[in-house]
Parts: sequence; C-alpha cells; structure tokens
Amino acid sequence: MVLKVEIEEPRCVAAGHCVTAAPEVFDQRETDGVVVLLDAAPPPGAYAHVREAALLCPAAAILLRERDGSA
Amino acid sequence: MPEPQVLPFAARAAGCPFTPAPELYAMQKEEELSRVDVPSPILDTFEAVAVTRYEDARALLSDERLQMGFVFDPDAPRSMLNQPGNLLNYNGADHTRLRRMLTGAFTVKRIRALQPVIEEIVAGRLDALAAAGPGADLISTFCTPIPTLVICELLGVPYADRADFQRRAQVGLDVNATREEHITNLVEMDAYMGELVAAHRRSPGDNLLGAIVRDHGDRLTEDELIGIGNMLLVAGHETTASMLACSSTLLLRHPDQLAVVRDEPAALDGAVEELLRYCSPAITMPREAAEDIELRGRRIRRGERVVLSVLVANRDRALADTDLDTLDVRRAPQPHITFGYGVHQCLGQQLARAELRTALPALFNRFPTLRLAVEPDAIDYRTTALVFSVNTLPVTW
Repeated sequence: MVLKVEIEEPRCVAAGHCVTAAPEVFDQRETDGVVVLLDAAPPPGAYAHVREAALLCPAAAILLRERDGSA
Repeated sequence: MPEPQVLPFAARAAGCPFTPAPELYAMQKEEELSRVDVPSPILDTFEAVAVTRYEDARALLSDERLQMGFVFDPDAPRSMLNQPGNLLNYNGADHTRLRRMLTGAFTVKRIRALQPVIEEIVAGRLDALAAAGPGADLISTFCTPIPTLVICELLGVPYADRADFQRRAQVGLDVNATREEHITNLVEMDAYMGELVAAHRRSPGDNLLGAIVRDHGDRLTEDELIGIGNMLLVAGHETTASMLACSSTLLLRHPDQLAVVRDEPAALDGAVEELLRYCSPAITMPREAAEDIELRGRRIRRGERVVLSVLVANRDRALADTDLDTLDVRRAPQPHITFGYGVHQCLGQQLARAELRTALPALFNRFPTLRLAVEPDAIDYRTTALVFSVNTLPVTW
C-alpha cells in the first residue's frame, strides 16, 4: 500500500494541525500560514502522522489516496 | 443589579459544575432537532436549533450554508457583534480575505518563537504568587494575568495601560452588564485600540499587531485594525484564562493527574488536549442558516438561528465506549470542537496551547505541594458568563 498526499490550498484555514502532527510532510507558508506540502509521497513511517493530520484538518484540505503498492 | 442569568442551554448538572445538565444529554439522544430559547444580553431571548451531537456539530461547522449570524453592517450601531475587522462578523470570501492577513502571525513557527515571552510572563506570575503567599487567589494572581499579558505583548500595550485594558476585556464578556455598559465599554476599547494602531502606523512595533500593520496595513482601514485588536483581546483573553483556571481546579482535585502534567513532558500535549475537551470554555457557538439545510433528514430552515453546545458535543456518548464525563489526562486522543471546526476554527489555538503547555507544568513544579485552600464544594464557579470559569481559587502550599 502506497499513500499519496494532495492538498487543496484554497480550502486551507491555517489552523496548523498538519504541521504539529506531521512536520516532516507539511509546513506553513510564512506570509499567511497556508499549508505547504513538503513530501507528496511520504515514507511509510510517516503514514500514521499524515493520517492524523488529515483527520484533524478542520477544512478537509488534505486528501489522501491509498494505492496498492504492487500495482 | 439584575439577577445573574444562567444560560439554560449551557446548564450544568447539579453539584457537578463540569458536567452538562441531563437535559442536554436527553437532547443528544433524540433523533429530532430541538429548538431552545437562548437568552442574550444584546439580542434579548432568541429561539435557535439546538445542536448537541458531535457529528452534527462538525458537519454544520463545515457547511458554508451555516453562517455567522452577525455580519458587519456599517449603518447599524457598533457593538461587539457588529464590528469591522472581527473574523466572527464575516463569512465566505470576505472572511477568507481578512483571515489570511492574520494567519501568518499565528503559524506554528511564529508561536514557537513566542515561547521565551510566554515563559518570562509565567515566571513573573509565579514570583507574584510566591510573594502573595499561602492563601493567595490563583485566579487573579496567575490564571487571568497570563493571557492578558501575552495579548498585551502581541498588541504592544504599554505596561501602565494594562490594568484598564484588562478591565475593559472583562466587561466585554460580562453577560450581566447592560446594553448601555457594553456600548460604553466598546467605545472605550475602540478609542484605546485606535491609539495603539496609530502608534503602529507611525512606527510598527516588533510584535504581532505591528507586523499586521507593517505587512497588510495598506489594505486595512483604521476601523478594521481596531476591530482586529479588539478581537485578539476578547477571543484570546477570557477563554485562555478560563482554561488555566479550570485546569488548575481540576488538577488540584485530582493529584494523580496533576502529577502527570507536572512530571511527564511526553504526556503533556495529550493532557492539554484532554483538558481542552473537558473544560470547553466557550460553551456554545451561535450561527444562522443562510439557506435551508438538511441534517440527518431533518430540516433547518433558512433564517433560523442555530446554537451548538461544545460542552456536550465534546462528550457525545456515540463517540467512545469509555466514560467521557471523567477527566483522564492519559486518555487516547479524543476529538473535540473546543476551538470550533471549519473555516472559523480558532485563529489563536496554537497560542492557547502554548500558554497552557507552559503555565501548567511550571505552576506545579514551582509549588510541588500546591493544594486548594477551600473545600471542593465551596469553589466559586462562574456559571453566568458566556465563558465558564472559576471566580476565585484560594490555594496554599
């Protein structure tokens, strides 16, 4: 299973949950705090943090796509 | 003095000040959406759809058809609910435009950079508590001044102005103040904030309001900047003070959980989230339906007011097999809407967390034998305000 991360930037409300949950995958733009995706295909070790970030996001701005890794 | 009015929709169980009234749980079980009367010092009593389930609250707070009911009207009298610059008075694109000018000042990095300022303020209040000695009131010595002083730093309020500043902040949230008192208070707040903004216009301070003036001042009117300052004060002051007060009270009543907060840095973030979930200082959130909304097959009609109970939604019995009415700082992460949800979710939430994470362990480390100097039954809870809190809390050590 492979996890791909997408963000819908216009939805972002800069609450900062993703940066605290998965700092290796998400950052915030300095000017307005809007999410910056650092790694669209994070290593499996980061999956739990990425899922937490997507769950906590109050604006549903983080989309996760799971694919079978063997495909 | 009028009799203090307890907000019925925010009612607590008899003898259990942190527990929602049984009527709220009864509403949560009902499939139908209840309508309740909500008293308001500004709007008089209004009828609203009562939202008590966690999933309903999240769905509605994410729904753009549900709006803030108090949109800024430049032709209507200015009030706490009719103020330019206050994010709670905007919807849609107008809200996004304003919010994105402020979010850069509240990023996780910017809040981390404030850590030394917060630590210095906390250390100062711990010294004040030591100087006051056993029997001191923890609320007025520690819980209330910390968020006020943090906001003063963010806005650049000179030290000499801070007592008046704090008084106005408290009047602004007092449901027992009259409409005239609210209007007079807001005129004073506007006048003072106008002076601060003018000073930042001349020479932007090295603080949050100074940065907003420097980076976005050309796109914001004076009125908007004043409203932003007032919003930061009102939203950031009383709620955080309440969290410190309620958390201290609860932890002093549960020494085993206090020990976790004091001694286990790795458990601190989870403990703070549990305290946020449990205390729910902003007890209710008011909204208005801009269009008809279907919720679980039930209809909320266009124009109807909606009031969400954060308190009972955070303990929704559909959420967990465990008892959510018990404080458990070691609890597995439990979602909450203490900061709201959706596009209006609290701008200052990371700042609030930073204050709680800093102040609570520092208090219990500095005073390891800290304990209540009153019987638990005699604690003076504030149940009459929009923000639940504790009025006074004598402590000893």
